[in-house]
Parts: sequence; structure tokens; C-alpha cells
Amino acid sequence: MQEALQYVFSGITNGAIYAAIAVGFSLLYNSTELINFAHGEFVMLGALILVTLWNIFKLPLPLAFFITVFTVSGMGLLFERLAIRTVSKPHPIVLVIITVGASIFFRGIGMLLWGKDSYSVPSFSDHAPITIFGASLLPQSLWILVIVGISVCALHFFFKKTLTGKAMQACAINKRAARLSGIHSEKMVLLAFFLSTGMGAVAGIIIAPITMCSYNMGTMLGLKGFCAAMLGGLGSLWGSLIGGFLLGIVEALGVGFFSSSLKDAIAFLLLLLILYMRPGGIMRVKEVKRF
Amino acid sequence: MNVLIKNISNSIQPENDSESHSVAGENSSIVRIEAICKSFGGLQALWNISFDVRPYTVQGLIGPNGAGKTTLFNLIAGAYYPDKGRIFFDQIQVQGKRVHDRVKLGIARTFQNVELFESMTVIENVLVGQYVRTRSGFWSTIFRMPWTIKEEQGAREEAKKLLNFVGLEQYAEVRSSDLPFGWQRLLEIARALASKPKILLLDEPAAGLNAVETKQLGELIKKIRDQGVTILIVEHDMSLAMDVSDRIAVLNQGRLIAEGTPREIQSHDAVMAAYLGGGK
Repeated sequence: MQEALQYVFSGITNGAIYAAIAVGFSLLYNSTELINFAHGEFVMLGALILVTLWNIFKLPLPLAFFITVFTVSGMGLLFERLAIRTVSKPHPIVLVIITVGASIFFRGIGMLLWGKDSYSVPSFSDHAPITIFGASLLPQSLWILVIVGISVCALHFFFKKTLTGKAMQACAINKRAARLSGIHSEKMVLLAFFLSTGMGAVAGIIIAPITMCSYNMGTMLGLKGFCAAMLGGLGSLWGSLIGGFLLGIVEALGVGFFSSSLKDAIAFLLLLLILYMRPGGIMRVKEVKRF
Repeated sequence: MNVLIKNISNSIQPENDSESHSVAGENSSIVRIEAICKSFGGLQALWNISFDVRPYTVQGLIGPNGAGKTTLFNLIAGAYYPDKGRIFFDQIQVQGKRVHDRVKLGIARTFQNVELFESMTVIENVLVGQYVRTRSGFWSTIFRMPWTIKEEQGAREEAKKLLNFVGLEQYAEVRSSDLPFGWQRLLEIARALASKPKILLLDEPAAGLNAVETKQLGELIKKIRDQGVTILIVEHDMSLAMDVSDRIAVLNQGRLIAEGTPREIQSHDAVMAAYLGGGK
């Protein structure tokens, strides 16, 4: 019992991070129908830039947080401008391959700038772990849950309450009608990249204290986030959350009760299952296209 | 309602005053089409079309199937670019401008097969239509600038007035895809009006409507014109076209064969020939 609770706690913590990454995938897919396989690298950049600003330049944490998010989403904008917008025939498969190439490129940049070493940062606050029914919950887990919660609420508010959010949604629902209603669809795509890579940076920042940060941490995180997004339903904000937590908890229980060597296999097993049974994900938004 | 009238007419009056000084009296036009040609592959869809749309009128555009009505319509809306010729809107050349820039200038349109943002509510659809008239940009939305917040509150009021105008105020919070088809069309018109257009392009608005709905649509079109919005309407339903139009242009096989008041058109030889066959 106590053991199971401990696994669930660690599952929720990882799940929140997968959810944050999945939200990034979903945001972008929703407005561009593009799956950005470089998304994991933005998570890596988020973690490493935070390490640099906080640990090496000794900036206060909140400041380092915001600078990191804006730097990474700025890079997301550049990525869109330089690598995606410039494609003369933007067929989906071409764009997906470009994002795969970009992920290799970003990993290379990461290796050049930070080397092959791993970095670690302390937890955001140095409280003692909290014990609940004999299972201990790390303060960093609470930070992760709170920050993911705030980000998702902010996104929800953005889409539900602001005109720009509505315009972006409109673009995702019916691009033709949105263009003819005077919405500049290219600007909306740019905004989607900004928000998506910003969410990636947030995920990287909150995961930094509980993992070893290195140039190649992004690949697996990106794939896990992708699995979570597919599980929940690509394009749905709430679906990404459900998918993220589901993946995190199932993974933690699998590792705990079976074998830790199964950790990565579980995510892909779940992905295959959902693709067989319900290709649109749990919260199906739109029919997934096969190209 | 009154505010709406003011808003729509305010956006038109100033330009129009200066225009009537620069252009001789009754020749003033809100849209001027000059020697437009457009072909698709080997098909000459439009050949050397020229005509003017006068401000504050309902201009009908009719013709048999394949006459090029929709092509001409799309050229004005910005869905295609012409091969040759010029299109002026308010004395500004627009033939090369992109769609969203044309909407900013004051051209709005609806679609033959109603294109709404289906999963949004009725009022949200109208709010999106207003987006082009707001200053909410990228950064100001993220940082919640005071003017953005104020604008968003105003937008909701404005959207309610527009729904009231087309008679959908009770259905503001209904999912737009749940409305019956005829109402979806009204909603589409409300969304187009939300961008505060000077000209409203209606692409076969009576398609799929029953007789009663068509009649109500005719009333609405006149009501919109009376508020100072020029209307260009492509229509198959001849009785509606004759009823609402102040002037009508007739296309046949990519050429303009007649232009005039509905009465003139009805007794025009070339028009009779085009519709009934035969002729010279």
C-alpha cells in the first residue's frame, strides 16, 4: 500500500512533466497540423539554459525562469521563421522530416555549448520531504504540479477569454473561413510556435532539479510527451493532461511492480494500444490524418 | 442597435465625402472593376470585365451556370488574383492584396456553403469576426494590456448587438453547428458584419433556404444596405436578386452582357437570349 502510494507520487510528478510536454505538441498540432519532433530539444534547451542562468550566472530563480522561457520561445519563433516558413512546398511529411532534422541540429548545438557533461540543480526550495501515509512527497513534486497547473490554467484562459485566443482557435477549426474573416493565419502559426516552445521550456525548467540535465535528455522526453499527447488526443488541452498523468502513473507502477528496464517500453506499448483501439486518443478532437 | 448603425456609417462617411470631391458626382464607386481577365488553364473564365459598384446600393451579379460569377466574386474577395486588369476598392488598388488586408480595408464575405467555426458558440463566432478590428496583438494579449482588456469587454457588447440585429440573440451560447442551416447563414452574415465592412459580398445567400427564409433574408439584406453597407450579391434565385438589387450585372460565358436596374435587365435582349437560348 505504502509502496504503491510512493509509486503513484512519482508517477504524478513525471506525469505532470509529460503533460506539460504533451500540451506543447497539442498546441502546435492544433493550429498547424504539424508534429514537431524537435519539441523535446526545446525541453532540453529550457533545462540547460536554466542551469546556466541559475547556477552559473547566479540569477535569482524567478528571473532565470522567465528569461529561460522567453529565450526558448524566441528560438521557437526563429525556428518557424527560418526552417518552417521558408519551405516552398509545405507538405506535412516534408515539415515533419524538417523537425526531425532540427532536433538533431539543436542537440548538436546543445553539445557544443554545454559539452557532454551532465548538470544538476538543487530543488526550487529546500523544504524537507512531506510524508503522507508513509510515502514521501518531494517539495519539487509540488513545485512541478503547481507550475504545470498555473501554465495550463493560463492557456485555458487565453483560449477561452481572449480575442487572440479565439482567433487562434478559429484558425485551427477552419483556416479558410478564418483567413476570410481577416485573421492573419501566419501570425497565428507564429504564436502557436511561441506558446508551444514556451511550454517546452517550462517543462525543461521544472524537470531540471529531479534529473540529470545533458544535451541528449530531450529525445526521450520528447517521445514520451508525444505518446502522452497521442494517448489523450492530439490537439486537446485536457486530453494532453489526462494522457500525461496516465502515462506517468502507469509507467511508475510498471517500473515499481515489474522491472525498471520496462520504463521506456511501457510508454510505447500504451501508444500502440491506443493507436489500435482509439486512434484519435481519449479526448478525440479531430480525425488523425495518415499521410 | 443605434450604436451599431452609427458605427457602420461612421466608418464609411469620411472616405466617401472626400471621394465625392475627387470623382465627378454620380460616377463615384466603391468597387471599380477594370478590364479584368482570368483564366484557369485553357478555360477563359472572365474576359475583359469592367463595371462599377455604387456605394450604398445592393449590386446583383447574375448569370447562367459557368458564367464566371463566382470567379469574379472571388477576385474581389481575394481568393484568386486576376491575370490582367485592376480592381479598385475606395480608390485603392486591391487586386494584388492578400485576403486579410482586404478585410482590414473593409471587404467582408460569406460563403455559398456556410463556413463557420463549428465547435465554437454563436457569440464566439461573431467575436472572431471582430478580431481584425481590434488592436490586440501578440504581446499586448500576453501581457494583458489595459486596452486589450477593455477592447475584449467592448467586443462582447458589440457581438450581442450584431446577434440582435440578425435575430439570433437568444442563441448566443449555442454551439454554432447546432443551429439550423438557415440560421447558420444569418450567423455568417453577423460574423461578416463584425469586421465593420464597407462592402459585404454575399455568395448565393439563398442557396439551401426555403421560401420563408429567403424572404426574411431579402429583408435583412435591405436592412444592412440601409445602414450604409454596400452589398454585392451573387444569386441564383432570380426573384430574390430582382427584389433586393438596386442594380444588376449579368455575366454570360465570362463576358459582361448587361448592366442596369432590375427593370432594364428584365427586358434586355442579350439577357433573354442568354437565359432562354436562341437570339440573333
